[in-house]
Amino acid sequence: MAHLQKERVLIAAIGDEDSVTGLLLAGIGHMDSKQKPNFLVVDSKTPLPKIEETFQEFTNRKDIAIILVTQQVGDEIRHLLDDYTQAFPTILEIPSKDRPYDPSKDSVLKRVQRLFGEEGDVVVAQCGRGVAFKHQDTDYATTK
Amino acid sequence: MSGAGPRFAIFPTRMALTTMKNRLKGAQTGHSLLKRKSEALTRRFRDIVKKIDEVGHFEYSGGAAKRKMGKIMQVANFSYAEVMYTTGDIGYQVREGVKSAQLKVRAKSENVSGVQLPAFEMYVDGSNAAELTGLGRGGAQIQKCKETYKKAIEVLVELASLQTAFVILDEVIKVTNRRVNAIEHVIIPKIENTIKFIGSELDEADREEFYRLKKVQGKKKDKLALETAAREKNQGFGAASEEAQPTNLLNEYEQDPDVMF
Repeated sequence: MAHLQKERVLIAAIGDEDSVTGLLLAGIGHMDSKQKPNFLVVDSKTPLPKIEETFQEFTNRKDIAIILVTQQVGDEIRHLLDDYTQAFPTILEIPSKDRPYDPSKDSVLKRVQRLFGEEGDVVVAQCGRGVAFKHQDTDYATTK
Repeated sequence: MSGAGPRFAIFPTRMALTTMKNRLKGAQTGHSLLKRKSEALTRRFRDIVKKIDEVGHFEYSGGAAKRKMGKIMQVANFSYAEVMYTTGDIGYQVREGVKSAQLKVRAKSENVSGVQLPAFEMYVDGSNAAELTGLGRGGAQIQKCKETYKKAIEVLVELASLQTAFVILDEVIKVTNRRVNAIEHVIIPKIENTIKFIGSELDEADREEFYRLKKVQGKKKDKLALETAAREKNQGFGAASEEAQPTNLLNEYEQDPDVMF
C-alpha cells in the first residue's frame, strides 16, 4: 500500500488565519502548476460549501500526504471527517488557536476510544474486535 | 448427529471424505495462522494506540489531561502572537509569497505480518519561501516562530503517521478477525458437518449392504433348505423308488410272464 505513496509529499492545512500562516511560515505552503494552493484560510465569512469543497479536493489530490485541520474547522465539516475512511491522505486535527483542544471530538480518537472505550473490558481491549463475536454471544446469553 | 446444519453439497463417497478431511486440516492450519497474524497485528495496534495517546492527545497524569501536541501548538501559536506584536500582520504577505513547499514528508513503509505500514518522515527541501519576511523588523521573532512551527509540524507528522498506521491496522485487523471468525464459526463447522454426514451415510450404506447380504444369505438358506427338503423328500421318494427300482426292474421282469418255450 505504502509503496504507492511515494509522490505524496505535501502537508495541506485548513484552518484559521493565524494557524495557517504559522504553518506556512514553517514552509509547508505549496503552489502547484495550476497555481492551486495546498492550504485554505477559513474565517467567519468563508462559506461552508467552500470548506467542504476544498476538503474534498485535498483528499482527492495525489500529492498530499497529510491534511491538517484545525478543530474549529473540523467541527464544521465533522460529517465529512467522520465518514472519511481512507488511509491516505491522513487527516489530523490540530488544536486551533483560540479554543482549547477537545480530544473527545477528534474523529480518529473517537474510534480509538470506541475500541478501548470500556475501561477494564480486558478481553476486548486485548484482542481487538476479534472476540467481539464471542463476547456478544455471552452478553446475549446473560441477557436472555 | 448426522451432519445437521449446513454442509457442502457433495456426494457421500470415501473419496469426498478424504477431500473433506484434507480441507478440514487446511482450514485449521489457516485458522491458526490467521489467528497468529491477528494477534501480532493487534499487539502492534495497541502499541500505536498507546503512542497516539502519549504523543497526541491525552496523557493522563493525575487525572489532568496533558497533551504534547496541544502544548507544542500552544507554544507555536504564542510565538506567532509575538510575531504579530512585533511585525504586524504578515499573514497576507506570507500567503502570497507561497511558491513551493520547503517542508515535505516522505513515506517509509514498515512490514508488519504482511501489512505495509507507512511512517512519514519530514524533510527540508529547498529554501524557505518567506525568507525575507520580517527583514524590516521582528526578524528574530519570525525566525523563532518558524523554528517552533517546524518543531510542531515534526510532532504533527509523527502523529499523522501513527494515525495512518492506526487506520490501516484497524482495517486489516477487522478483515483478519472477520476471516478468523468465519473459519472458526462457519467453515470448520461446515466441513465437520460434511465429514459427519459422509461418515453417517457411509455407515448407513455399510449397514444396508450388510443387511442386504444377510437377507440374500437368508434367502439363499431358505432356498437351500427348501431344496434340501425337496431333495430329501424326493430322496425319500427317490430312495423308495431306488429301492423299488431294482425290484421294480425285477418286478418288471417278474411281472413279465415267463416265457415258456
